Amino acid sequence: METLWFMIVAVMIAVYVVLDGFDLGSGFVSAFVARTPGERRAVIRAIGPYWDGNEVWLLAAGGVLFFAFPKLYASSFAGFYLPLMIVLWLLILRGIAIEFGSHVSNPLWRNFWDAGFAFASILLTVFYGAALGNVVRGVPLDKDGIFFLPLWTDFSTSGQLGVLDWYTILIGVLAAATLALHGALWVNYRVVGSLQERTAGFARKVAIVVILLTAVVTSITFQVQPMAAASLTARPWSFLFPALTLAGLAMVAVYLRRQGGQLRAFLGSCLFIAGMLTSAANSVYPFVLPARPNAQWGLTISNSSTSAYGLSIALYWWAPALALTAAYFVFLFSRFRGKIEVVEAD
Amino acid sequence: MDSPVALHRFHFAFTITYHYLFPQLTMGLALIIFYWKTCAWRAASSDPARAAHLDQTARFWLKIFALNFVMGVVTGIPMEFQFGTNWSKFSEAAGGVIGQTLAMEGMYSFFLESTFLGILLYGEARFSRFVHWLASLGVFLGSWLSGFFIIATDAWMQHPVGYKTDEQGKIILDSFAALLLNPWTFWQYLHNMIGAVVTASFVVASIGAYYLLAGKHEAFGRTFLGTGVVTGFVASILMVYPTGDGQGVMIAQHQPITLAAMEGHFETGTAAPMAILGQPDVNAGRLDNPFTIPGVLSMMTYKRWSAEVRGLNSFPRDQWPDQIPLLFYSFHIMVGLGTIFIAVMTAAAFLLWRGKLFHLRPMLWIHMLLLPFPYIANTAGWMTAELGRQPWLIYGLMRTADGASMQVSSGNTMFTLLGFMGIYLVLGVLFLFLVHREIEHGPGVTATGGH
Repeated sequence: METLWFMIVAVMIAVYVVLDGFDLGSGFVSAFVARTPGERRAVIRAIGPYWDGNEVWLLAAGGVLFFAFPKLYASSFAGFYLPLMIVLWLLILRGIAIEFGSHVSNPLWRNFWDAGFAFASILLTVFYGAALGNVVRGVPLDKDGIFFLPLWTDFSTSGQLGVLDWYTILIGVLAAATLALHGALWVNYRVVGSLQERTAGFARKVAIVVILLTAVVTSITFQVQPMAAASLTARPWSFLFPALTLAGLAMVAVYLRRQGGQLRAFLGSCLFIAGMLTSAANSVYPFVLPARPNAQWGLTISNSSTSAYGLSIALYWWAPALALTAAYFVFLFSRFRGKIEVVEAD
Repeated sequence: MDSPVALHRFHFAFTITYHYLFPQLTMGLALIIFYWKTCAWRAASSDPARAAHLDQTARFWLKIFALNFVMGVVTGIPMEFQFGTNWSKFSEAAGGVIGQTLAMEGMYSFFLESTFLGILLYGEARFSRFVHWLASLGVFLGSWLSGFFIIATDAWMQHPVGYKTDEQGKIILDSFAALLLNPWTFWQYLHNMIGAVVTASFVVASIGAYYLLAGKHEAFGRTFLGTGVVTGFVASILMVYPTGDGQGVMIAQHQPITLAAMEGHFETGTAAPMAILGQPDVNAGRLDNPFTIPGVLSMMTYKRWSAEVRGLNSFPRDQWPDQIPLLFYSFHIMVGLGTIFIAVMTAAAFLLWRGKLFHLRPMLWIHMLLLPFPYIANTAGWMTAELGRQPWLIYGLMRTADGASMQVSSGNTMFTLLGFMGIYLVLGVLFLFLVHREIEHGPGVTATGGH
């Protein structure tokens, strides 16, 4: 039962990153591809009706994590106090920039919020990546399952740890590149005209960076977290997750070059992200938060989960809720389909 | 103030108080907008002009709704995070119970609300009248469901049910049905949601009165004020009876110490008086400058004039709420304002019925100036509930002092508290600026580019 909820949480987080990831990634397009205020507005319109619903996946995944693994929620949220507060502030800036930016037509007002949107989105991708890096690397849990990490120390993965070290920053950069590609593929799918062509060009460049970084990060991860290799050999079927990653990357590479392949390229990127996150989850399982240097104090699915009754009863409300949510999203995405054109000075 | 627990408390209190300024309007407004959309739908064939007017009214308030909604969303995410960041010992011990209702809120209400709000805001031209009406129903249901799950969570902290303690001392869920059907939830939910309708009614009426006084958008001013007075009249009365009364009986039954502290009632006695005014002197154990009505407290809590009501002095000192004067003032401000609301709304409803409300300038001034007071009353009500629960985080089970994250030092908490204060100040200024623009522009043609 704990394993089932571990998978549910991992999948919900993956869904969050896939969905809100294209909102965040479009911040890169706004900053590096769009040239005029109208183009930047078009980028925001490409995520307009969705971003809020996408962000709800963060709350929903957080809520499920909270009740299913209360010890993990408590320990990690308090231990990552400072970076999480920064994430909260960036999420506030991102939401406000999207919604308030369109309210006043003064060009200075718009430029300011466009910059705020890009700034918050880009930093969030780095922080999310660094957070994942911390979970894979492990944190200095004591025997009571408590830790508190400073933002950074000497950037080494041994000795006194910090949230940011060379490894977690590297993961942050990979996450930024991955979501930049993801956002670019979304915008590429949604808009038409010169903005679409330039976004596709941007995506091709970023895709090369993502492929190279993925190879580098994967080999380094096996050094930093020895459990990663052991997990794969212990559960050979779990090679499926890295296989998803490769399939997703291949889809991106193939369809990015083809006429009319925009949607498939974007779906390839979804697959890639889902594969990466499930691979990461698989690499530490049955741990949910590994400890270093004292590995035996790590939090596992069994020592951090709630009672069996709580876990089983929750399936009865979780499954119908998921079905409803899927129906809403299908409806929303199918109804707001059409392509977006760049309009200057609306 | 520099104790870590006190800072964690103020951190949560500040961010939740600020956050709740927005949902209390959107939850109430969702009902009123749904009402307008329903009227517009029904009038569509018989009276197209009226239907168009009501649609435009709904469209204007949707813009105000959207601004409030965004503020509610961005200030709401920090609330869920803070359970883990600032209250990790509480979360670890009780997450298996309250996490259920919080997760259900995300899964059942936020998805519903955000999907249909997208359709409501951007889909009027794209969808049929029926789908647009359905979207207003979806937003209403989503926001009221969200309120339910939050109240169910708080009700469990006020009156824990359906749990057991396992061998490691962790509080685990024993009955999911008991958690959702907590008797405390019933009255608290109704009292809180009708409080949201009071806020929305007063805000709608206030803007209507402003338009009439300023002599602009007068047709809309009459619609706003008329609807606001009718819903405000009904909601103000329901606040006191039966919901406030039901809530009071629950407190008397399950939290007698809280009741005594709310009333500044120190000495046990029969025919206990209700304090209208006074200042609790905790050290001396008495109410200074009291103005009381004999027997009313006994009547209201036990429905008998002569019933005995236990005073604070009959309970151990370490079980008293730790902020008795603040609790006393909060409770009395809430009750006092609630009484004023009933008086004003009764007079206004009478004037509306006689057809005089829209021309009586003193009454319009009163309506316009009442705008902040339902916010104060709702805030004071929540302060009564949460200060009254002290010194417990989970009533009778876990003390507030035992629930905070001790690995987070005071300096860090102070830093992020100041950060939130600064950010929320800027957000508040921006919010007021944008709302002011919409109100000045009025319901006519859209003031904004939109997406």
